[in-house]
Amino acid sequence: MRSRQLRSRDMLRGDLEGEDLERFVEERVVMTNFDKMLGWARANSMFPLTFGLACCAIEAPISIVTARYDLARFGAEALRASPRQADMIILSGRVSIKMAPVVRRLYDQMLEPKWAMAMGACSSSAGMFSNYAVVQGADKFMPVDIYVPGCPPRPEAVLYGFNKLQRKVMGSPDQGWRRRYNAEGTEEWARGGPRSEPSPEAAEAYEAARASIRA
Amino acid sequence: MASPETQTPETTSEVMTINIGPHHPATHGVLRLVVDLEGELVRDLKPVVGYVHTGIEKSCESQSYWKVIPFVERMDYVSYFFQMEAFCGAVERLVDLEIPPRARYLRTIFLELNRIHSHLVWLGTTGLDLGAISMLWYCFRERDKILDLFEMATGQRMHTRYFQVGGVIEDIPLGFEAKLREFIADMPVRIGQYEDLLDRNEIFLSRTKGVGIVSRERLLELGVTGPLLRAAGEPWDLRKAFDYLAYPEVDFKVPVGTVGDNYDRYRVRLAEMVESVRIIEQALDGLPEGPYIADDRKYVLPPRSELSTSMESLIHHFKLVTEGYRVEAGEVYYSIEGPRGELGCFVLADGSSKPARVHYRDPSFVNLQAFRDMSVDGYVADMIASLGMLDPILGGVDR
Amino acid sequence: MPDAPGLELIRGEIEMDHPGAVLDSSFDRGQAALVVAPEHILAALTWLRDSPGHEYRFLSSLHAVDYLPAEPRFVVHYELLNRDRVERLRVKAPLDEQEPEIDSCVDLFPTANFQEREAYDFFGIVFRGHPELTRILLPDDYVGWPLRRDFPIGGEPVKFTYNERNYG
Repeated sequence: MRSRQLRSRDMLRGDLEGEDLERFVEERVVMTNFDKMLGWARANSMFPLTFGLACCAIEAPISIVTARYDLARFGAEALRASPRQADMIILSGRVSIKMAPVVRRLYDQMLEPKWAMAMGACSSSAGMFSNYAVVQGADKFMPVDIYVPGCPPRPEAVLYGFNKLQRKVMGSPDQGWRRRYNAEGTEEWARGGPRSEPSPEAAEAYEAARASIRA
Repeated sequence: MASPETQTPETTSEVMTINIGPHHPATHGVLRLVVDLEGELVRDLKPVVGYVHTGIEKSCESQSYWKVIPFVERMDYVSYFFQMEAFCGAVERLVDLEIPPRARYLRTIFLELNRIHSHLVWLGTTGLDLGAISMLWYCFRERDKILDLFEMATGQRMHTRYFQVGGVIEDIPLGFEAKLREFIADMPVRIGQYEDLLDRNEIFLSRTKGVGIVSRERLLELGVTGPLLRAAGEPWDLRKAFDYLAYPEVDFKVPVGTVGDNYDRYRVRLAEMVESVRIIEQALDGLPEGPYIADDRKYVLPPRSELSTSMESLIHHFKLVTEGYRVEAGEVYYSIEGPRGELGCFVLADGSSKPARVHYRDPSFVNLQAFRDMSVDGYVADMIASLGMLDPILGGVDR
Repeated sequence: MPDAPGLELIRGEIEMDHPGAVLDSSFDRGQAALVVAPEHILAALTWLRDSPGHEYRFLSSLHAVDYLPAEPRFVVHYELLNRDRVERLRVKAPLDEQEPEIDSCVDLFPTANFQEREAYDFFGIVFRGHPELTRILLPDDYVGWPLRRDFPIGGEPVKFTYNERNYG
């Protein structure tokens, strides 16, 4: 600690030279490429759109901006009402057939780059409402980047989904647990399903993957 | 604030029809308003609803009675216990099933907690609309405490499916009573804090006093009930009028306003929160021991411990879970006092295990008809304040 | 609720003023109901609302029910409430299946405005004299009356692995 202070003092006086100066600069400068920096900036300063449809709206966007489940710690506290100024839309609630064109128009009015989170079971896949009045999943009419299940999902679940979306924005999307835990090739398919008899190439690849795990 | 009559007659104005919503920061949910404006004055107003219509009533016709309960909860998504109570009460009257006293008291406790929760959400979002932005954070701090209590007893924060036909699904766990007592000791202090924040706020007072007045007779004609009617001076409360659950045995007052403007509506709801705390305290003190759900195995699931010893229980359980119980043909309309007014449930049974018609008389749907009367010939800003004080929940309006 | 003898009294009194109006009365599970012919519905409702001693001035709910396969199929329910004596009375008006039409009671009870629109929206029941009978909850160009019992529930079946290949 004391040595760092002395070095800083020397640097300010202009006394550091050569290798000392290089090491000093290395410790304080980050080198990266522009895309990663842009992704980092985008992910940590999302402007969500204040868009609540139904029950999930009470959990988000209202409950996640309150003090207990603070969305501000991830940089997304500035909820904008105008879609022109927002870059993320959280579809919180069931999308009825009357509302679907409105949502699509809102999504179109947002400027690139934009992301969509389908929060809750109703916007991911119509939840329990398999009937005439609810669009069976928001991905029927607009692209969705991340789905957060639950009915309604806890605010912590929404924040976890938001974190995954941030990783996706930063350029390293979360591929799922099999990649993370080195479990590729452990999938098992149900007997009689369309994929229960794999093609020969797939069977070979499967064996190779299993072998690489054992190795 | 200049009154609308002092506009100079030389200026010509034209009526402009604008569209507010369905996506708008100040509409409580997806409400669309088609407003005819003359300058800043609202000349006509038409609410267009249906943007969150979920067809719940149709879905209920293809589910057995037990499975209808999670569907109807999600109508008015802030007061979910009330919808459950309306349905379970209607079916209990259809099958003539009496619920044990402990279940009645537990239901009352949860209903009043949900009433406080609904009023807190209202206060937070209405404060947000009127510009008192900090109200949101304070109200939702208490709301999270209530949701912690719900989660402790039922496992879910919202949409708990806690009420079943015959009683409640599970008894309250250990530690719930202590935590609830802590909450009710704390709540009146917090309500005092909300009053301190808003009651002497000059902007809030001038935005709500004398604004949005509708006469009592007009409100009754329009079928408006709940805090809106009580703020206009009519002491009509279904908890006192029809005796149901544990309300006859607890002592509480019904707050009534005098003028019927937005400020009275605000004060009536705050006073209702205080009364709800009193009800919960009395119900908790008088909570009787005993079973928490009725004994009738034809309609109520047997306790799981019995399933391994009694063959009959196994058969009952199987029948109830797969097909459900059958209800003889008949129809019942049962209504309770929800946080927004009279919440009524009509159930038609046709002898099978699925209801033939479930219809909810939702208070927000009917109260929305009063919105036009509240805002015509007032300013647009007053219309937004009235919309907040009207407290519509669009899930209930659209079902 | 008016109890069973009270209900019969009401029925008798309406019959005196408007013969042929009341078709039936029933008292089931503690709730009183009168079945009124649809042509006389306004007369019956006015009588119930205004006659001294029976002032059912508050219309709690107006909704329609489809009793398929029973005849008559469509019935409009009016839930009336007398707030002074705290009594509820249900008035039912059975309608014809081919042309379900009935007079609108918006002049008597302005609260019926949105509720009649909802009954029209869901069942196709036309309320003559309603100021603005348009769809309220469904999109304006929706075809069909969803809450009729013979209208399909809609939606999509859930995809499992065994039926996955049917859905591409």
